[in-house]
Amino acid sequence: MTGYFVQAFVYLAAAVIMVPLAKRMGLGSVLGYLVAGVIIGPLTGLVGAETETLQHVAEFGVVMMLFLVGLELQPQMLWQMRSKLVGLGGLQVGGSTVLIAGTAMLFSVDWRMALAIGLIFALSSTAIVLQSHGEKGWSKTEGGRASFSVLLFQDIAVIPMLAFLPFLAMPAADVVADLAHQAASVAADGAGDVAARGAEHAAEHGAGHDEDSGGHHGGSDPLADLPPMIYALSVIGAISIVVVVGQFLSTPLFRFVAASGLREVFTATALALVVGISALMGMVGLSPALGTFLAGVILANSEFRHELESNIEPFKGLLLGLFFITVGAGISFPVLVDNFGFLVGVTLAVIVGKALVLYLLAVVFKVRGSDRWILTLSLAQAGEFGFVLLAFSLQVNVLDAAMVELLAMVVALSMFLTPLLFILLEKVLMPRMEQSSNEQQEEDVIEEQGEVIIAGVGRFGQIVNRLLLANGVSTTVLDHEAQQVEHLRHIRIKSYFGDATRMELLHTAGIEEASMLVVAIDDRERALHLVHEVKRHYPNLKVMARAFDRGDAYQLEHAGADYVVKETYHSALDMGKQALKYLGYHPFQAENLTRAFDEVEEERKEELRASWITTLHEKGVSASYQEQFMKLDDALLLAMQKDRVDRHTSEERGWTPPPIGYAEKLESEQDIGAKTK
Amino acid sequence: MKQKILLLFAHPSQHRSQANLPLFKAAQNIEGVTCVDLYGEYPDYHIDIDREQQRLLAHDIIVFMFPFYWYSTPALLKEWQDLVLEYGFAYGQGGTALAGKHFMCALTAGGSEKAYRADGYNHFTLGELLQPLEQTANICGMKYLPPFAIFGSRTAATDGRLQEHIQQWTRLLSAISEGRFDMEGGCKATSLVNQLDKLILEAV
Repeated sequence: MTGYFVQAFVYLAAAVIMVPLAKRMGLGSVLGYLVAGVIIGPLTGLVGAETETLQHVAEFGVVMMLFLVGLELQPQMLWQMRSKLVGLGGLQVGGSTVLIAGTAMLFSVDWRMALAIGLIFALSSTAIVLQSHGEKGWSKTEGGRASFSVLLFQDIAVIPMLAFLPFLAMPAADVVADLAHQAASVAADGAGDVAARGAEHAAEHGAGHDEDSGGHHGGSDPLADLPPMIYALSVIGAISIVVVVGQFLSTPLFRFVAASGLREVFTATALALVVGISALMGMVGLSPALGTFLAGVILANSEFRHELESNIEPFKGLLLGLFFITVGAGISFPVLVDNFGFLVGVTLAVIVGKALVLYLLAVVFKVRGSDRWILTLSLAQAGEFGFVLLAFSLQVNVLDAAMVELLAMVVALSMFLTPLLFILLEKVLMPRMEQSSNEQQEEDVIEEQGEVIIAGVGRFGQIVNRLLLANGVSTTVLDHEAQQVEHLRHIRIKSYFGDATRMELLHTAGIEEASMLVVAIDDRERALHLVHEVKRHYPNLKVMARAFDRGDAYQLEHAGADYVVKETYHSALDMGKQALKYLGYHPFQAENLTRAFDEVEEERKEELRASWITTLHEKGVSASYQEQFMKLDDALLLAMQKDRVDRHTSEERGWTPPPIGYAEKLESEQDIGAKTK
Repeated sequence: MKQKILLLFAHPSQHRSQANLPLFKAAQNIEGVTCVDLYGEYPDYHIDIDREQQRLLAHDIIVFMFPFYWYSTPALLKEWQDLVLEYGFAYGQGGTALAGKHFMCALTAGGSEKAYRADGYNHFTLGELLQPLEQTANICGMKYLPPFAIFGSRTAATDGRLQEHIQQWTRLLSAISEGRFDMEGGCKATSLVNQLDKLILEAV
């Protein structure tokens, strides 16, 4: 047990030190994790053999990431992507495979091996690309979207690849019967590894639950023995389960869980959902990443979307980090040193080749400017799928062990170089593009409007939200009452369940990209806490807060709110104005008197606040709120009494004709002037 | 023929009005005159354009009634002109809604009539100073009547002139409303008050 703790500590400590360092140096978190891996792995040898097992576990981070990506992507958006998904994705995989396989054949590699290598290297790293794009804010750019389409296609393409690879087996080692056993036993080592993709999944399942099926061809799929019709039906069945659960059962379930008010149970529910879908997909031989992605897309419109995101996010982050560390730790120095020239050459060739294909596709698909470079350089590496396919190729005897070891190094190295390509892109290419595009005076496509987050949509927040929505401002609305959220959803207001005072939820609601936060939650203490925390973390974000009363308003302003309004002030003033009108005041006079009142209130505001703060300091925290408030009331009363005089004079100035006799005076002056002339 | 009169009254400080408000109140008792207190209806300056245009369409004579202030109308009445007299409604292509109607100003001025002369301290006659409104009426195809003006309004009440003014005012309005007023002659006159007896036809 202690041993595990030590290992866990080594991994965590490495990440804790390296990742912030890398970020500070502007290298991005991915490179930080990779370097941390290299330090604890090949460099110091602190960790060793368990890295590979750990990597399979860590790959579950990718599954979670695709779930989160799915949550961000509504079905109709996915449908809009279809041509890019198939066209761009298909051509990228096809083109890269042909180019890499062709090059390999020039170096007299057997065509079967060359084709396998081409397929493996054609895939890119979903983990690195999506993580880095999110970090750099490129996800919503055209280049980011195009990259995502290609990655999604690759994810789907892995499945047919797993089916196809066994056919490329070397004729010399044509011992198909053996292979299945080998595959099953190798994969069984990773028992408990829910996340391992396609091959492992199926094989694990075969080894764990279905001993008889150990002998089927290729060892990839326990259901492959079934008649095709039934197999197809089982796949359709599994997908239907995901759709039905996501569409119809999840919301009542989440509401039921949310009603319990236990946060950890909600987290457990979210995890159970993702893990369950992964298991289900594994059973029918589909990629768990794809399954959870689908579930994410279905839940993208759910009111629990942000709560799900904020619950899964930390797990995803940790697992992905762990995955990058294992990639770094997996780099073998002896192999690297012995084959340095070869490895570096192949890695660079792969990157250049893939980049070339991507650049051509970007031109064909009219991806312009900096977006073209984002697409080209982002996807030029080989990815984590590569590890899976390499292991599988070894099992089915397509590639030999020595070759697999070298190629795995190429995958790792290319992943290592990706963050450097991002830096090149960000620091060198993008500034140049910006300059030239500025010269061309080309108009920018507005990616997405700055969002306004509204915390609390009761009586108050709702009105703010409606006014903003009516003017085309996109809002994200959060409320901690599932009932309230449900009601609002009925009248088609996009609202999400969740405790807005939790920073993670605000994070998933997109507070980094938001331009404003409106705090309209009823709980005064929590509202105050929220304003304080948000201003501390995001000093540039505009925070507007609804105050309960005067003391509350001062506290909110003190906590850093940019604009505070007392919830009853304006309606009370309006009522007062109406009362004056009923009492016989001319409407325009009532309007002016009310304005004068408001002006006095505004004038005395600073004074009152100052006195309020002094009271606070004099008596310390122990001074009761009531006492403070009474002092405040006295101060206000004094101000109002004084005000009577002021108001009178200020109102006098509203619209006054010249005094009586003024005209006569002018006339006589004129007469005198005329006479003297 | 009966004429429907729209009286648009704009006074931002009615509790201090000595001449203008009494004239407005007197007009409220005359049949066929629609009296609108603009500052009362739009204390926040938010004018309902459609409603005001409907009102214009429903009347034959449009009267602006206001205290003369800085040689112009009070702010709300200017806002009313800017918003209500829209292109396509009051002028421009298809803007014929007001064509053929009559337009008149009824105003109170602090200075004496003497002041509104070339050699007075205001240097221009009232007619000259009202030329922007006259031209507005022209553009809208309305026939412009000379203003019904009360000079020295600040002292009208104390000088005991107010009752006379009110009488002239109600006489004029009733005559117009009942179709007993020589509109054509009125348009050519330089002052309505001086020629009231000539322009009002006692029996129709």
